Amino acid sequence: MTMLEVLDVSGLVTFQDSGRFGWQSFGVPISGAMDWFVQRAANILTGNPADSTVIEIGLGEATFRAKQNCVLAVTGAGYEVSNYIWTFPLWTSFFVRAGWQVQVKKKSGGNWAYLAAAGGFEVDAILGSRSTYLRGGLGDSIRAGDLLKTGKSSRGFDKLSARTFPTEKYINYTQAPIIEVIAGPQAERFTKEGIQTFYESEYRLSKSFDRMGYRLEGKPVPHNSNAELISEGMTIGSVQVPANGQPIVMMVDAPTTGGYLKIANVIRADIPLLAQCEAGNSKIRFKETTVEKAQEKYRALMKGLYENRFKL
Amino acid sequence: MLKPLGDSALLVELGAEINPAINQRVHALNALLHANIIAGIIETIPAYCTLLIHYDPLQLTFDQVTHWALDKLNQLDDSYHRTPRRIEVPVRYGNAFGPDLEAVAASKGISPADVIQIHSAREYTVYMMGFTPGFPYLGTLDERLIMPRLETPRTSVRAGTVAIAGSQTGIYPLDSPGGWQLIGWTPLKLFDPTSTSPFLFSPSDIVKFIPVEDDHA
Repeated sequence: MTMLEVLDVSGLVTFQDSGRFGWQSFGVPISGAMDWFVQRAANILTGNPADSTVIEIGLGEATFRAKQNCVLAVTGAGYEVSNYIWTFPLWTSFFVRAGWQVQVKKKSGGNWAYLAAAGGFEVDAILGSRSTYLRGGLGDSIRAGDLLKTGKSSRGFDKLSARTFPTEKYINYTQAPIIEVIAGPQAERFTKEGIQTFYESEYRLSKSFDRMGYRLEGKPVPHNSNAELISEGMTIGSVQVPANGQPIVMMVDAPTTGGYLKIANVIRADIPLLAQCEAGNSKIRFKETTVEKAQEKYRALMKGLYENRFKL
Repeated sequence: MLKPLGDSALLVELGAEINPAINQRVHALNALLHANIIAGIIETIPAYCTLLIHYDPLQLTFDQVTHWALDKLNQLDDSYHRTPRRIEVPVRYGNAFGPDLEAVAASKGISPADVIQIHSAREYTVYMMGFTPGFPYLGTLDERLIMPRLETPRTSVRAGTVAIAGSQTGIYPLDSPGGWQLIGWTPLKLFDPTSTSPFLFSPSDIVKFIPVEDDHA
């Protein structure tokens, strides 16, 4: 067992696992990591089951002091990790000696980083998950002064450190992504021009974005009639278009139901790309695909993650 | 009627209006699917006139899920009958508990006592849950109480507050922002994450409001 002391945090720093399932019909969102691929990769690097709890660092920085020796890994996009003397590469597990300070700090090229520790973080489950959902009062932010406990490492530290995950084989994080979507259940309630605008123009991520939703800015997408819909279930990646014509992509903390027309749904495999798009900086385009192709792409990413559990 | 929502959910549309009969069919289909669950189905979200089925694309294809759902939909008989749970909710109406009660009454040209009487007279169905954990969308409200949402939503509404908007009534489970008209408050806890049954309500439950005086609740 290892303790990490939190020295300093800024931005949105919370525990997340792969999500809270089974309570959506009561209005509880899935939550979990904003970038599901990166969260799993961090766990694989540190020898943990892929769904284990990690620390999500969003739009800010976090500094820790190791109370005991440990192995950590930081994955994500747009972050730098250092011990104040040298930097550690992202996507590589590293050994940390008792007493060292480790800082994870946002630079540019992404929003979310994930810190995993060999043995996983020990957090009490709420409704079966360790994911923090602040708006619903499930869990709390990580604060300076907190002492974070890890479980027992699956292998010796010598076997777990200095392993690198070959991310670029699977996902190329970019600020100009082409995000694949499946046509939404109300796509026919948009005008022809609206559909064309959505697929042919470029969107920026608005500054008002969070774990609930990514508000996009660009050419408005007009509806045929009105934008309202009798509320129905939604999912991560659902693209709602309210009356102002500016699309909003539902993310992990989004409400389980919504009452705006859904023009499209971002495929699971491309949620990480969208999640790491920065406000103001990114140029987002959408491209239609089929359910079959989307599922193949998702399976390929999952296969990549699991193969590396044994290869690294 | 059956449409994909992304690559891991299937939307079943049973109608396009808020109507007790359609909502009954949603809950009946939901119960039938859960009684015949297959591996790879993660969870379902019943709503007013739709049912969303979340599935794991590592275990099921879209065609497999569609086939399963369609098969059960065809078995759904109009005589299918379930006995829903009935939950009584004590409510203190008006004053600080329901700050919009007077305004609702005034805008409808009736007395606050009439609003209380009308609101608590009928039984409501939990058509669906959403907004925040444990929030029940209850319907259908008596036409005499139909009010628009507030023009400017409140930034903070106390947990337990009973409210109305459009043809619906609901109860805020958590302290949260809210745009509905607030008419009362219940001491019942709608959401307790530490409990073995964390939610007071489930979709399809029947709810009856019981007016209580200040010193009884």
